[in-house]
Amino acid sequence: MDELKKIIRDYVTKEYLEEGDDRVIGNDTPLITGGIVDSFSMVSLKRFLERKYAISIPDGDATPEAFDSVDRIAELVTRFTAK
Amino acid sequence: MTYSAKAREWYQGELGGIRTQGLFKEERYIHSPQAADIEVEFPVGTGVPPKRVINLCANNYLGLSSHPEVVKAAHEGLDWRGYGMSSVRFICGTQDIHRQLEDALTKFLGTEDTLLFPSCMDANAGVFEALLGEQDVLIADRLVHASIVDGMRLCKAMTDTFKHSDMGHLEEKLQEHQDKRFRMVITDGVFSMDGDLAKLDGIVALAEKYDAMVMVDESHASGFIGKTGRGTHEHCGVLGRIDVITTTLGKALGGASGGCVSGRRELVELCRQRARPYLFSNTVAPVIVCGALKVMELISGTTERRDKLEWNAAYWRKLLTEAGFDIKAGESPIVPVMLYNAKLAQDVARDLFAEGIYVVGFFFPVVAKGQARIRTQLSAAHEKRHLDLAIEAFTKVGRKYDILGKTKQQVIEKYGM
Repeated sequence: MDELKKIIRDYVTKEYLEEGDDRVIGNDTPLITGGIVDSFSMVSLKRFLERKYAISIPDGDATPEAFDSVDRIAELVTRFTAK
Repeated sequence: MTYSAKAREWYQGELGGIRTQGLFKEERYIHSPQAADIEVEFPVGTGVPPKRVINLCANNYLGLSSHPEVVKAAHEGLDWRGYGMSSVRFICGTQDIHRQLEDALTKFLGTEDTLLFPSCMDANAGVFEALLGEQDVLIADRLVHASIVDGMRLCKAMTDTFKHSDMGHLEEKLQEHQDKRFRMVITDGVFSMDGDLAKLDGIVALAEKYDAMVMVDESHASGFIGKTGRGTHEHCGVLGRIDVITTTLGKALGGASGGCVSGRRELVELCRQRARPYLFSNTVAPVIVCGALKVMELISGTTERRDKLEWNAAYWRKLLTEAGFDIKAGESPIVPVMLYNAKLAQDVARDLFAEGIYVVGFFFPVVAKGQARIRTQLSAAHEKRHLDLAIEAFTKVGRKYDILGKTKQQVIEKYGM
């Protein structure tokens, strides 16, 4: 689980923070409600996870709430990889 | 009664919340035509007489909003073609002058065809849904205008974004989405909050390499960016290589209202068949069409106004820099004065108004947190004396808040983000 969270944190940092933005993404940092990831940009995160873990996350499960922190995203990924 | 006490209480609470957060927007009443000098009532409804101020926050880039020839053409249009159409375009709401204006815009923008919309907001709301579907992807710069965001939401295509003006990131996205039928890269030509220009030459090169279409919102560019004012595509040397341009008649091009989709013939024609804001709303009124036709004639004949605007923008940037303000570098007539703190931006704007300068503070959610600013906008209607007076006021207020010559860090240390 820790490895999974690290991969998500690294992706979020690289993909969504602009150069010079020194914010540190923690496991509970609000991503959507905190304005780091918008609902459009969320698509790339979803695609990244689906490809990396060979899963398919239905749109109904890929909600802003489910993507609002590294912890929640990790839970979601775990749920689908366990299926 | 369907508007229950519970509903009223809830809405009052929402409004209260907006006030508490300091985000409540208030209108100021202008008692004169749009111009470099205007008479503004603020606060409104208090009996305070209107105050004459220098306007540094209008989108009146070419100073044509109250130009006598435009006003005259509109008057004549009103007499000649009436007030309203009382119909959408495809029933009985199209006059020959609507097509004339579309042709004039096509020629000016260097495209294949143009379709008028009630506004550019409507053009952006309708264009994506009309052209793309589930098999496609929209890849937008992360700082595009809110109307593009809304239009993308209405479209069934997949949405993705790239970091602001980051060509490396855009290339990654284009590679990633090669499995899609069509890719469309979306950007503003000039970004409204920062005033920077899109790297359209880079975007077009990548789009050609990865088989993507390019869509540009030129609302803050049409009429004055580029050597002859055609827009960002002219400035970047990619005239004729942009697939879809949306732009507005509500800023430099007379400033009344109306917008358009201009671009590849088939794309424009498909918008005429499918774009919902075109299909289900009246288009631009004849009086505005006549004014806009005069605007197109004026700006097609000479670059005098855009040249003056360019000079004004460069002069204003120089004055602010020499006075010690922290401004966003650039070459457009949008010159943001960075203050970082929302309250400071509001306080400085209020004090400038007292000094006879009309500007507005912008802060989250309009710009990112910690990026509060005063956005100044130049016009060809400004004379040098306007800018000389304005810098006196800015310097006085800047001294009061001790922000002149201070770095971003120093301002943040003093006022917070």
